[in-house]
Amino acid sequence: MKKLGGYSGFRILREGLTGNRGWRPAWRDPEPQPAYDFVIVGGGGHGLATAYYLASRYGEASVAVLEKGWIGGGNVGRNTTIIRSNYLLPGNEPFYEFSLKLWEGLEQDLNYNAMVSQRGVYNLYHSDGQRDAYRRRGNAMILHGADAELLDAAQLRAEMPFLNFDNGRFPIQGALVQRRGGTVRHDAVAWGYARGADRRGVDIIQNCEVTGFRIQNGRCIGVETNRGFIAARKVGCAVAGSSSRVMQAAGMRLPIESHVLQAFVSEGLKPVIPGVVTYGAGHFYISQSDKGGLVFGGDIDMYNSYAQRGNLPVVEDVCEGGMTLMPMIGRARMVRMWGGIMDMSMDGSPIIDHTPVDGLYFNGGWCYGGFKATPASGYCFAHLLATDTPHETATAFRLDRFRRGMMIDEKGSGAQPNLH
Amino acid sequence: MIIEHPLLGPRDSQEFTCLGDASLLQRPDAFAGDAADTFFDYQYLRDNPAGTHRELWYHEMGDRSWLVLTRDTRTHEILAVELASDVVTSGGRS
Amino acid sequence: MTQVNRLDGGLIDRDTPLDFTFDGRRYGGFAGDTLASALLANGVRLVGRSFKYHRPRGIISAGSEEPNALVELREGARREPNSRATMTELHDGLVARSQNRFPSLGFDLMAVNDRFSAFLGAGFYYKTFMWPKAFWERVYEPLIRQAAGLGALSGDPDPDVYDRGFRHCDLLVIGAGPAGLMAALTAGRAGAEVILVDEDFRAGGRLTMERETVAGINGADWAAEAAAELVSMPNVRVMPRSTAIGVFDHGIYSVLERVADHLPVPREGTPRQILWRVYAKRAILAAGATERLIAFDNNDRPGIMQASAVRGYVNRWAAAPAERIAIFTNNDDGHRTAADLAAAGVEIAAIIDSRPDAPASDVAELFAGAVVSNSSGRRGVGHVTLRLADGGRKHVSCGALAVSGGWNPNVHLTCHHRGRPQWQENIAAFVPGDGVPPGLAVAGAARGIFSTAGALADGRDQALAQLAELGIKVTSATVPEADDTPVKITPLWHVGGTGRAWLDQQNDVTVKDVGLAHQENFRAVEHLKRYTTLGMAGDQGRTSNVLGLAVMAELTGKTIADTGTTIYRPPYTPTPIAAFAGRSVGRNFRPTRLPPSHHWAAEQGAVFVEAGSWMRAQWFPREGEVHWRESVDREVLATRRSVGVCDVSTLGKIDIQGNDAGAFLDLVYSNRFSTLPVGRTRYGLMLREDGMVMDDGTTARLGETHYLMTTTTANAVGVYRHLEFVRQCLRPDMDVQLISATDSWAQFAVAGPNARRVLQAVVDSQHDISNEAFPFMACRAISVCGGVPARLFRISFSGELAYEIAVPARYGDAMIRALMAAGEPHDITPYGTEALGVMRIEKGHVTGNELNGTITAHNLGMAKMVSTKKDSIGAVLAGREALVAEDGLCLVGLQAIDGDHVTAGAHMFAESTPVDAAHDEGYVTSAAWSPHIGASIGLGFIVRGANRHGETVRLMNPLEGRSARARICSPHFIDPEGERLRG
Repeated sequence: MKKLGGYSGFRILREGLTGNRGWRPAWRDPEPQPAYDFVIVGGGGHGLATAYYLASRYGEASVAVLEKGWIGGGNVGRNTTIIRSNYLLPGNEPFYEFSLKLWEGLEQDLNYNAMVSQRGVYNLYHSDGQRDAYRRRGNAMILHGADAELLDAAQLRAEMPFLNFDNGRFPIQGALVQRRGGTVRHDAVAWGYARGADRRGVDIIQNCEVTGFRIQNGRCIGVETNRGFIAARKVGCAVAGSSSRVMQAAGMRLPIESHVLQAFVSEGLKPVIPGVVTYGAGHFYISQSDKGGLVFGGDIDMYNSYAQRGNLPVVEDVCEGGMTLMPMIGRARMVRMWGGIMDMSMDGSPIIDHTPVDGLYFNGGWCYGGFKATPASGYCFAHLLATDTPHETATAFRLDRFRRGMMIDEKGSGAQPNLH
Repeated sequence: MIIEHPLLGPRDSQEFTCLGDASLLQRPDAFAGDAADTFFDYQYLRDNPAGTHRELWYHEMGDRSWLVLTRDTRTHEILAVELASDVVTSGGRS
Repeated sequence: MTQVNRLDGGLIDRDTPLDFTFDGRRYGGFAGDTLASALLANGVRLVGRSFKYHRPRGIISAGSEEPNALVELREGARREPNSRATMTELHDGLVARSQNRFPSLGFDLMAVNDRFSAFLGAGFYYKTFMWPKAFWERVYEPLIRQAAGLGALSGDPDPDVYDRGFRHCDLLVIGAGPAGLMAALTAGRAGAEVILVDEDFRAGGRLTMERETVAGINGADWAAEAAAELVSMPNVRVMPRSTAIGVFDHGIYSVLERVADHLPVPREGTPRQILWRVYAKRAILAAGATERLIAFDNNDRPGIMQASAVRGYVNRWAAAPAERIAIFTNNDDGHRTAADLAAAGVEIAAIIDSRPDAPASDVAELFAGAVVSNSSGRRGVGHVTLRLADGGRKHVSCGALAVSGGWNPNVHLTCHHRGRPQWQENIAAFVPGDGVPPGLAVAGAARGIFSTAGALADGRDQALAQLAELGIKVTSATVPEADDTPVKITPLWHVGGTGRAWLDQQNDVTVKDVGLAHQENFRAVEHLKRYTTLGMAGDQGRTSNVLGLAVMAELTGKTIADTGTTIYRPPYTPTPIAAFAGRSVGRNFRPTRLPPSHHWAAEQGAVFVEAGSWMRAQWFPREGEVHWRESVDREVLATRRSVGVCDVSTLGKIDIQGNDAGAFLDLVYSNRFSTLPVGRTRYGLMLREDGMVMDDGTTARLGETHYLMTTTTANAVGVYRHLEFVRQCLRPDMDVQLISATDSWAQFAVAGPNARRVLQAVVDSQHDISNEAFPFMACRAISVCGGVPARLFRISFSGELAYEIAVPARYGDAMIRALMAAGEPHDITPYGTEALGVMRIEKGHVTGNELNGTITAHNLGMAKMVSTKKDSIGAVLAGREALVAEDGLCLVGLQAIDGDHVTAGAHMFAESTPVDAAHDEGYVTSAAWSPHIGASIGLGFIVRGANRHGETVRLMNPLEGRSARARICSPHFIDPEGERLRG
């Protein structure tokens, strides 16, 4: 771990004493080579993680990540940083639990402190029916090897006395808690994977936009980019909100719509909120960053959008929920609101699969849950790319599941993306 | 957003709920031999364009009209608003 | 307390002295002061500590861009952390405290961080705190969290009220400086509906802070006269203390009005703040510009300020930041500050102009071609070090340094639709570029027109252009005479040195940090921002971004234009979360709907429960009943033994009429309704197009072309929306009309062997409701209680002989009382949702617990109800391979054995399999104690359930460390043959 160029407290001392002149670029900016074994389209969290695991776990030496702008600029750079594996359905839970386990060892694996902070994720319930549904979910989590606890109101009050138990429109009855859930410093995830991949020989090529796929006899042999053609044995797409646009170039229509999800952050405050709290009777969830900002969000804006910005009704709805749940945050000031493009799938669950085009693979449909999935998504996509078989925790994320009736619909909302 | 309702004039989008792609107007023939395929396409696949998008909105807190908006998903500019029933009746289910 | 730095003049009201405290010390000020101006007048320079290094911080600005002077205001539950002293209007008794220091502002132990700054550079935390692994969460992170954050919340609920409001106008003018005032005057005089908003409490913008003449009078006086004229116009609304915080789609602007922040507490019955949603046909952004600082070593000492702020404090507030002030500038504007200080009698230590060709000064010693390279002084600047044109050094003693690095137009709102500003070389600043929100024009300094005369003319011109777009004619619009000094600037961003030169003073980002980001390849502007936190503070980089970009541009050898900018997002200034929520909080978070019998039920002492937006009676405790189960068991047994009554008005009711009503229902229901005889009711199963069950309920045929559908309470809105979708979007050719009747009718279930006898006592005698005349599933329009119109349905959710009787909602209260009176001989028992739930589980009826959106008719054992002879929504996709698989889930009943309890949410396992995910066979959806059976029962889904009746399964609930055993059975625990309901 302490090898040359590694990060450590000792290194910080040494560099600090010598003018911090020894720090090297976290990743190079190489010129693209004419051909690679693997080209990953999309330098977001999932694409970078895929490249990292291809290189580190599957021993692949010829890998490039193509990013049209700057790496980490998509949803990995604009989310609310939550990690958890509190899923209900057998198609999802093993995958997200695998992801959580990867998070738990991420920093040592990457030699990069992404500040994985397992401060607990609390999903509040407000009715007997909601409690029963959470009980079913909590049991599913435990049966899949994850952790879960069901708290009643008194137990929850002992941990979070600031919640509005009695004067809200919907009284708080308790919470389903996953203590191993929490938050991660989101940008650091992209940078950590980028640095790790770069150090293992992956070419990360920024400002390289893929404009098309070169397909011969039903096989994808490379990508056209604004910097010329780049040949590839296999091409994997992990472009989240741009999935439909990119895959259209390969002649595919996807079970995906792009929607805007807004998020919000307050000024820095001394610690007030210990974990991640989600309101069960409104659209609101919140955590507090290590820097002190309250990071919160709610539902998507409901309409298709590529604009990366939202509108006031959702802002107000989120704040109404927040004020009802924890009226102490009223005088905290919001400093920034922003929006990201979510690749909302038709059942709310993702796709990691090969496509009808040989050599072309797809990773998308993450809805607004892509951040927590980053390690496992990268790992499983790398596995699929390297071995042409799905990883054991991602066998359900098939593209043909809708046609066959094998939807993975956690909420039971059906084929309406804006409800997931 | 402000939606120019064809009957009621400008209304705040907060009065509406959005369903999604207006291709949902084109429900396939359930008795055709390829119904399994056409219904799959109809229900699950979307063009999802970055640009002009025809989509269904419902005036839930208003007159309960279903509207077809033509809206740019990059800018949110609304280019046209029609009653869904007019669109269907005039044969313009596209 | 003497105000040592108070000068003569200014726009303060010396007849209204005010007392306030800062960190417990009492000070005096005057009406018209801000907290910042009052602190300066009192000689207070140190007001805060920085985020990371806990360096001493002073006031640097006189506006909303202030990054440093953040204080906690007020006490108790009204404590407001991170309040900008520059935007805080002084009121008598104001209480302010510094923040982010321990134990005191003057002696802050955390300032030790500053000694270790070599190790705490940009992103240091990404490189350490990783070993040992467990220490991050146990040791490092808690320490970091405690140290981070600036102010603290009180922890108590905010006691104030906030409102949201809506306003409409032809033209919204944002900013009441010269450009904004002139735009508003032009539009107002032309008769347009105008709203003028300004974040200050006094109109005029920079005119309030300058010594300038407009139309021959003092600029501040001209602004006051203009504002007065605007206020007098009926078509103009002037909103002071109001900040436009965001531009949203289609001309919707969010404006925060601080109604009561200048008062100790809001006046009785008024809100603290109002968040206005302004619908503007057109808007003009006249938000002015913000002066930049210049980075040099130790440029963050208290007393080092924007030059424009220094002269603003002198001119407007008669408060000198120090007795002796030096000026550091790269442009002509610095000399204006010198002139104003001289005019006010403040001693000028020196003018340091980085331009070799600096204009001569007749008010102070000028060092042309020189720069300030360092500062010194404990808790505030005492000396600055000059690097002279000839390379020599010089120390200049001063209590403040006024720095003028050029002006940045306040383009922020033009970027709220992701527009990108563009670089304008001659003023060395970004001006509005592509992607300005439609309908928004920019005027004056906000688009780089910095002279007063230019701003006035541009305000008029932009207003004329917007009025023309609106079709409003303007006859004449003159502009008053004013100062028209051109901008002369030679950019200087930072002065090279060996120490630390601050860019972002709140987040402690220095030139070295930008250098490190460059060295480590965080060169894209967004990487720079995120890695160093430059511009991520509360001011969104208003005082730091351009400096940081310029430093990065130098390092990469690119131009600033090519380096680009990050995105400004709403809100323009930090905005309380409570303001966005308005009054829709607490119990008013969502509307509360009360069923027609609510008041009667309350009289009976019912316990209520939230059912969606409804409050429903959950049970009706009787005296002596201490546990809810006692009440519920009694209600169930009494209903099954004699008769019970329950308000079921909350169920959705949809009136469906037209020649094609039957065909319409055939399409939306899986089963057929066109064949239903008039006067009969039928159970209907409704699928989504994806084949999952959407809802179920009974639909009655009231006439040849008239049906009444009922839906579940939870799905009433969604089903109605769906039916309108089918009607308007799929089959507009059908002759069918829909209306929601949920709120129009009060409806009561009367259930139990004596139900008919009770009803016969209230139904008017001409209506025969005997079993023969009114059999199971009959429906009819009748009258009750001597002519009250009513509808009677013989349907049963409980499995008993049962009816639902509906009367117009206004008779609901009378109806429940009449039913109770009529039922008295039979000991009629009102029952709540709990007993309703017990009885429906006993009868095997499904509700939302079962219809969770992933359940098909197949799963419910109702596959045969999905007619294949007709087209119905969902029928095609319900036939997909995985949905009709033989080993799919089946609805079953469960009866606990060995005195165990069925628990909803438990997972089902066969008798002798391992308990793990691979062997999970199903789950329990509903559970109840059945007093009728004398056991705990439930419903659930288990694979191949239809063939497993009689089998024992384990109900595993590891979440709560429990398990139970139960026997699988038919979901119909009671009267499977249906004899009771036909009796």
